[in-house]
Amino acid sequence: MKQGQFEQLYQPLWHVMELEIIELEKPDGRLKGSELASFASRYRRLCHFHALAKDRHYSSHLVDKLGDLVVRGHQQLYRRKQPFMQQFTSFIVAGFPRLVREQQRYVWWATALLYVPGLLMFLAILWQPDLVYTVTAPEQVSSFESMYDPENRTLGSARESDTNVQMFGFYISNNISVAFRTFASGIVFGVGSIFFLVYNGLLMGAVAGHLTNAEFTQTFFTFVVGHGSFELTAICIAGAAGLKLGYALLAPGNLTRKESLKRASLIAIQLVYGVIIMLVIAAFIEAFWSSNNILMPWQKYLVGGFLWALVIGYLVFSGRSLRGERGQG
Amino acid sequence: MLLDTRQSLETPEGALLPLTPAGFGVRVLAQLLDILIRYGIVTVIFIALSLLGRMGTGIALILAFLLEWFYPVFFEVTRQGRTPGKKWMGIRVVNDDGTPITFGPSLLRNLLRFVDFLPMLYLTGIVASLCNRQFKRLGDLAAGSMVIYEAPPAREPSFEVRGQLPVPADFSTDEQRALLAFAERSKYLSAERRSELATILLPVIGSKDPVIAIKQMANTMVGKQ
Repeated sequence: MKQGQFEQLYQPLWHVMELEIIELEKPDGRLKGSELASFASRYRRLCHFHALAKDRHYSSHLVDKLGDLVVRGHQQLYRRKQPFMQQFTSFIVAGFPRLVREQQRYVWWATALLYVPGLLMFLAILWQPDLVYTVTAPEQVSSFESMYDPENRTLGSARESDTNVQMFGFYISNNISVAFRTFASGIVFGVGSIFFLVYNGLLMGAVAGHLTNAEFTQTFFTFVVGHGSFELTAICIAGAAGLKLGYALLAPGNLTRKESLKRASLIAIQLVYGVIIMLVIAAFIEAFWSSNNILMPWQKYLVGGFLWALVIGYLVFSGRSLRGERGQG
Repeated sequence: MLLDTRQSLETPEGALLPLTPAGFGVRVLAQLLDILIRYGIVTVIFIALSLLGRMGTGIALILAFLLEWFYPVFFEVTRQGRTPGKKWMGIRVVNDDGTPITFGPSLLRNLLRFVDFLPMLYLTGIVASLCNRQFKRLGDLAAGSMVIYEAPPAREPSFEVRGQLPVPADFSTDEQRALLAFAERSKYLSAERRSELATILLPVIGSKDPVIAIKQMANTMVGKQ
């Protein structure tokens, strides 16, 4: 068959196809169910035309045009479903805690990398107060001092709601960015995640130790106990996701490093979803609850303890199936 | 042998998808455009919301944060892999299998942008993209995504010559394709170059003006008058 005949005979078919593909490519494209139902079979015919055109060495113009339609049709036919909202609830209730338990090896490592240096730094500063200057600048130390000085209660009692909103914005952008960096830098064979975890641990231990020395314990610990549950745990999980990327590169097993990294990322990114949710909650608590100084310290410790129990209980128990059956996670 | 960067991907239908990965040059330009757009929006947001006092600052901080990390994710997921900058440069992001990028891979590749940027100006990303045939930076390697050129829209061929001439029967298919390619591309060549190339075929065609003869043969092949 001559190319001209071929085009004349089948052009209407691929013209219809092109219109459909354009419609599908629009974010709000509307095609009827019947049209969609026959899309796959029509797409296969299109592939057939493309193959024929190539095999018969028709002009590169025609082959490219059909090839372009095949690419675009392929993208629409095989595009992955994104049932984001439907899965959202089941992810929070079961998927995420299951995933954390499944990856607990990394989570424990990340937890250790955050808390062990933190605790050592805390104890070291109780013993040698000047060690605080090894991890923080003097100006930073004095700003922390004035923040938690019981004498100037800027931290709270009469803080206005719009200040709370401002701090909420700050916590969101700051904390989630820290978590993202902790995660992302894990791809450098885990080194980045380890660095961020240890560094944040040291900083935390230094501030806690210094303020304990300064006897500001009450203002400091009542402030951090509430949101710490969500925030610190989220940072640990972000670090764990980063460590997973790094470990996948270091020890790919029977896979190529590229494939191993790809598979690990698929799991790690889901951990990051959970981290984002936890940090939004943490920022909310930090801005609107932790800063509130009207409450008695024992009330804040009580609620803080409850929140810690909630986070740990959620990660340990949520999503386990009843009656001892094993969950699919 | 092909010297270009075109990659073929086999689909379940047995068709080969031609994908042309985009190198770092065009991607850097697209990223620059996106940065300009993003900073423009952020500036406007901060100026507008600073009128609302501290609450406005809080909201502006959240919006700036969202723009910093989720601006590319939003556009890549909802606009078939094209951020405004990428669209401008004619490139887009797809999954490894040629399908439009989805939320997970898009978020992943944009989070890892932080590492690709290190130590400065996307040096890591550029080095990584030069180490593989699909020009993938670290984020693309992890997410299983790649950046490709959009296929330019196909045009109707017009060889600016009327009439048909039979193609010599002993021309192989490859030689026929060469004739077609010459006819299709001749408008990008100077007249001298055109005739210089066409004269090579003079002994075979034996026509007065080989350029016109070849174009008429091309007309025959695509079925034009």
